[in-house]
Amino acid sequence: MAQEIVEVTESYPALDAFYDSLPDKNGALIPMLHKAQEEYGYLPQEVQLYVALKLGIPASKVYGVATFYSLFNLERKGQYRINVCLGTACYVRGSEAILEALENELKIKRTETTGDGLFTLSSIRCVGACGLAPVVMVGDKVYGRVTPDDVRGIVDEYLGKAGEHND
Amino acid sequence: MVDLTINNIETSMPEGSTILEAAKSLGIHIPTLCHLDLHDIKMVNQVGTCRVCMVEVEGRRNLLPSCSTLVTPGMVIHTNTKRAVRARRMIVELLLSNHPRECLICNRNQNCELQSLSAELGIREIRYKGPRLHTDKDTSSYSIVRNAEKCVLCRRCETMCNTVQTVGVYSAVHRGFETVIGPAFDKPMLDTACTFCGQCVSVCPTGALTETNDAADVWDAISDPDKIVIAQTAPAVRVALGEAFGLPIGTSVTGKMVAALRRMGFDKVMDTDFAADLTIMEEASEMIHRIQHNGRLPILTSCCPAWVKFIEHQFPSLLDIPSTCKSPHEMFGAIAKTYLAEKLGMDPEKIVVVSIMPCLAKKFEAKREELSGKEIGSNVDYVISTRELARMIREAGISFTSLPDEDFDDVMGESTGASVIFGTTGGVIEAAVRTAAAWLDKDNPSPQIEFKALRGIEGIREAEVEIAGMKLSIAIAHGLGNARKLLTDIRDGKVQYHAIEIMACPSGCVGGGGQPYHGNNIEVLRKRAGALYSEDESKTLRRSHENPQIQKLYEEFLGEPYGELAHELLHTHYHERDML
Repeated sequence: MAQEIVEVTESYPALDAFYDSLPDKNGALIPMLHKAQEEYGYLPQEVQLYVALKLGIPASKVYGVATFYSLFNLERKGQYRINVCLGTACYVRGSEAILEALENELKIKRTETTGDGLFTLSSIRCVGACGLAPVVMVGDKVYGRVTPDDVRGIVDEYLGKAGEHND
Repeated sequence: MVDLTINNIETSMPEGSTILEAAKSLGIHIPTLCHLDLHDIKMVNQVGTCRVCMVEVEGRRNLLPSCSTLVTPGMVIHTNTKRAVRARRMIVELLLSNHPRECLICNRNQNCELQSLSAELGIREIRYKGPRLHTDKDTSSYSIVRNAEKCVLCRRCETMCNTVQTVGVYSAVHRGFETVIGPAFDKPMLDTACTFCGQCVSVCPTGALTETNDAADVWDAISDPDKIVIAQTAPAVRVALGEAFGLPIGTSVTGKMVAALRRMGFDKVMDTDFAADLTIMEEASEMIHRIQHNGRLPILTSCCPAWVKFIEHQFPSLLDIPSTCKSPHEMFGAIAKTYLAEKLGMDPEKIVVVSIMPCLAKKFEAKREELSGKEIGSNVDYVISTRELARMIREAGISFTSLPDEDFDDVMGESTGASVIFGTTGGVIEAAVRTAAAWLDKDNPSPQIEFKALRGIEGIREAEVEIAGMKLSIAIAHGLGNARKLLTDIRDGKVQYHAIEIMACPSGCVGGGGQPYHGNNIEVLRKRAGALYSEDESKTLRRSHENPQIQKLYEEFLGEPYGELAHELLHTHYHERDML
């Protein structure tokens, strides 16, 4: 699916400074993308174009690397990232059903972000808290022994926070 | 030298040779797919991705890819053991399990490296049933169709586009099973910096990259009784078309091509070579004008639409140096819909100009807005490649090789030797210099015709020619990577020339992206170029301005070369495009 094309008009001083600080400019692509993601949370198209121009390499190469590593996000993530553990212990204790319940509650599929930009839903592998299985994480906070019925409560907690924020 | 043994035959190879090269030197064939070595144009795809060329090496636990494994002293290699052959078959079966097996209706049917490989390995069943990649065809451009479902990820297109042409449209994007070779951000080809040179199509082993097919529209026009359909043929087509009908490489089939076009139903069969002579009238005038009036130098030839699009994307600061001349087939269209229409009493709106070109970029060029006039519409209505013409001739049931030789129609059919050599690198600039020499050296009864210093195969060439006591320094580049080097030096003020010829395709139009597949053999391109020079030599008239039909065109219609009407009809302008 083609994405919207954005013109390179902005400058990115943080990226420029980072580039200048690199002792070896060869192989700068992945460090530059890491830095960009750290700065902007994801890799917008215009940032990828800027990196391509900065390094003098084709944009197709930058996009190739950005799409190869699952660590790089190509889309803006939600304010709250909900991660459901699908590691073995959580899985056998029914985390798939929790993920489905979250999909229904948020009306998005896994890896997607809600239209209001609040939640991104993903699955992760073992978080090392198997004793609490099944585990859901929202940001850095861990919820243990979650059941599908708990899902609404967890989501509401953050909806409430977002509401307070807005007032 | 390295001593080694292949299939019990002892041999020695220079250090740095691959197993594949060693086998080849002994006449041992190892099947390959991704591998492609067109050394002369620096197109070497040696990525070892397909694993079809696996061989067994004694003492090594795993099979090794012969295309990218270097020979070592004492190596004992077996290319055709049961294990190696089984592995090869398995690889091809796996490739086929994720391939739309619609060979019967594929553009590359009977001319596909994957199909040939499958036949060579005698594959009769595909044991692997698995998912197949589903993607949409990219038909956005007017030149190239991209069908990622048929891609075998050999990376040849990527090497061609990035390393040889330095355009960088393609890269492997996404991951794992979803990997495709495509543009940044999955953009449609039309929105990229693609020049549509079509060299990726020339090296694609399958039907993943093909030309757009405009044959149906041309047949419709031909069968419409209201339309007057005029065919024009580029110089490089006549020395390659015969290959599609089994004639020896380097055979010139001008007369048969004309006969075939008439039998297909074209109302007029005329010659782009005529318009090449016209281009020289304008370009040589512009060159002399710029030299004598301290104009911007160097002047760059502008016949090649892929090269023109390249400079628009990559060197926007240099857009004032290309000649403003339209490319020959566009000039032809503009004259056909004005002068010819008037002369033959035809309604310009009913005229359909069909260009038969060795080129895919001409298809895009014909759609440029600036190349159409208010009264006449597009200068050129349809462009079909040499490959499409060959298919259309077959479709019409014409037995090409038994056709008689026929001549082009009058008025816009006559051409000189100068126009013929447009089809090879160095030809356009030699043609321009021939005319410039005759014009500037009026007292010389026999000005020089052949400027052999301008001929050759090196990617970048330079030469100095002396005309009427004036030294002209000239440079020539073919292949866009070479063009980039030359342009960078010009932009940075490192070099100074009077005139430069640039062709996007390695070897010029004889190696165009719309030509019959060269079968990964660069010698084919040389033979085609040789045929063009022979045709030039065989002509009585070898300078563009001596073409009587051209002289008449200026007398009766255009007035002065580089004059007002010529500017309106035969010149164009360029605009900056995005870098990506």
